[in-house]
Amino acid sequence: MSSQSYIHRPNRPLQVYAAIFLIVLYVPVLFLPLFSFNDSIYVKFPLKGFTTQWYVELFHREPVWAALMNSVKVGVTTSLIATGLGVFAAKAITRYRIPGRGPLVGFIMLPLVVPGIIFGVALLVLLSQMGIPLSLYTVTIGHVIVCLPFAIATMIPRFEGFDPSVEEASADLGENAWWTFWRVTFPIVFPGILASLLLTFTVSFDEFIMAFFLSGSDPTLPMYIWGQLRFPKEFPSILAMASIILLASFILVFIGQWINRDAQSKTLANEEE
Amino acid sequence: MSGESATSTNPGLSNSGSTKPLETGRLSRLLQRSEAARGFSLLSPTLLIMFIGVAVPFGILIVMSFWTQLGFNFDTSLTLANYESFGERAIYGALLKRSLWMSSAATIATVLLCYPMAYFVAFHIHRNKMIWIVLITLPFWTSYLLRVFAWKVVLGYEGVINSALMHLGLIKAPLEFLLYSQSAVVITLAHAWAAFAILPMYVSLEKIDKSLLEAATDLGDGPVRRFFRITLPLSLPGVISASLLIFIPTTGDYITPALLGGPDGAMIGNLIQKQFGAINNWPMGATLSIILMLSIATIALVFMFATNFVRKRIS
Repeated sequence: MSSQSYIHRPNRPLQVYAAIFLIVLYVPVLFLPLFSFNDSIYVKFPLKGFTTQWYVELFHREPVWAALMNSVKVGVTTSLIATGLGVFAAKAITRYRIPGRGPLVGFIMLPLVVPGIIFGVALLVLLSQMGIPLSLYTVTIGHVIVCLPFAIATMIPRFEGFDPSVEEASADLGENAWWTFWRVTFPIVFPGILASLLLTFTVSFDEFIMAFFLSGSDPTLPMYIWGQLRFPKEFPSILAMASIILLASFILVFIGQWINRDAQSKTLANEEE
Repeated sequence: MSGESATSTNPGLSNSGSTKPLETGRLSRLLQRSEAARGFSLLSPTLLIMFIGVAVPFGILIVMSFWTQLGFNFDTSLTLANYESFGERAIYGALLKRSLWMSSAATIATVLLCYPMAYFVAFHIHRNKMIWIVLITLPFWTSYLLRVFAWKVVLGYEGVINSALMHLGLIKAPLEFLLYSQSAVVITLAHAWAAFAILPMYVSLEKIDKSLLEAATDLGDGPVRRFFRITLPLSLPGVISASLLIFIPTTGDYITPALLGGPDGAMIGNLIQKQFGAINNWPMGATLSIILMLSIATIALVFMFATNFVRKRIS
């Protein structure tokens, strides 16, 4: 279809709308970095002057570093577990005819839709009935459940995008399953695995609801921020922290999506058929 | 480890050194013969985790909703007391109704505002579509808490909007209705879930066979008639899934109402959270969670049934 076709005539109002849409999508978030450099503890116009003192202050605060380390620990563990499980699950879903596949996939994807608070309290109830104390481990369990659908959804296009006969050829040529996986399957789906690691890490790193219900005495970074929201004088340093976290998240997710873009555009194109 | 033996096409080699050669041999043969068995064994670790982390806790939550709180302990005899007190105390029902209403408002706003954007990317972007999709969905992946917090900064009593308007001399006193109101919550919810809403609508718009649009034009339909008779009905599945994808999770949200809602904007999620926190009545919290889930499920089913009915009438 040529872009000059009468259906694809450029539509000026729609272009303007799209531009406004993107601006509205991003601007509220951009106020955080703007005010994080403002030399005032009040978040209001007019701006007072440029300062980096909130960032410097953040740098010298012990609990921030502790919370950051907690979040990184939980995030790395979660992304490794979720992606590891996700590889096999995505392969099973795309490669094999499994009876009851639809409902099973629906069950695995539930955390994408069901309100997080329900999962949070349900897990909390289970853990307390089993007498398991809340800790970073319990947060990790919650995060794995939240992240699994993301990991699987990221990797399914990868498996759909390559020809199973390549794996069969490897098996026919005498390679066993272990080496077929490492020498054929793994290199092909590797971008998907990398994307999944980055995306699930970000989701876990930013996740708040599960952490809210399942944290023990060690807070994750979002939990720490939540605790500081009560104190008005901490506002500027929260702004600084939020700016750094948002920037890091944007970069990680962008890289993740970018690595996986050809697989994603392929599925989007396939669905056109 | 289950993965290696599961994909095994050459069991003798992959399982060499196993302590029970006969048994693994039989297992591998089963795996080799049955595609479903291979699929299941790859899927089983995930299913196990989801079973332990989702199905079991749900079961216990349901059981707990029939318990009662006794000081710091639970009375584990099964009663309907919590469900009865839900019926008796009007505050519960009112909060639930308000939550459903507010997330309906957020859902409608999001779908209406996102549809043109999805349409734009599907029909008017020809190169670098992927960049647009990534750009639109990017915020969705980042911290929900911080995006809500950003709206607090924007809508606050001395926030961006109020202080800017006062600085410009347009208003004398801050507009109080901006923060701590239902509209603040609805705006924030719509903004936070926009990225999620666009994808399903984009996919179903992208699927539309463009020759149908050409045919309609050739047969004399103008752009408006063409849109309402072809594009809109064909993209309805995307609109429906987008609506459900926003409505269901937003109904249980409690971060947004906690930060922006104030007393007027509190939702059922806040009450559930309080039952497990300050109020410390876990069985009542469990009951409220179950009632919330049931209401969401009922509304989602009715909605799907109704839209299916409408779609059949249209086509």
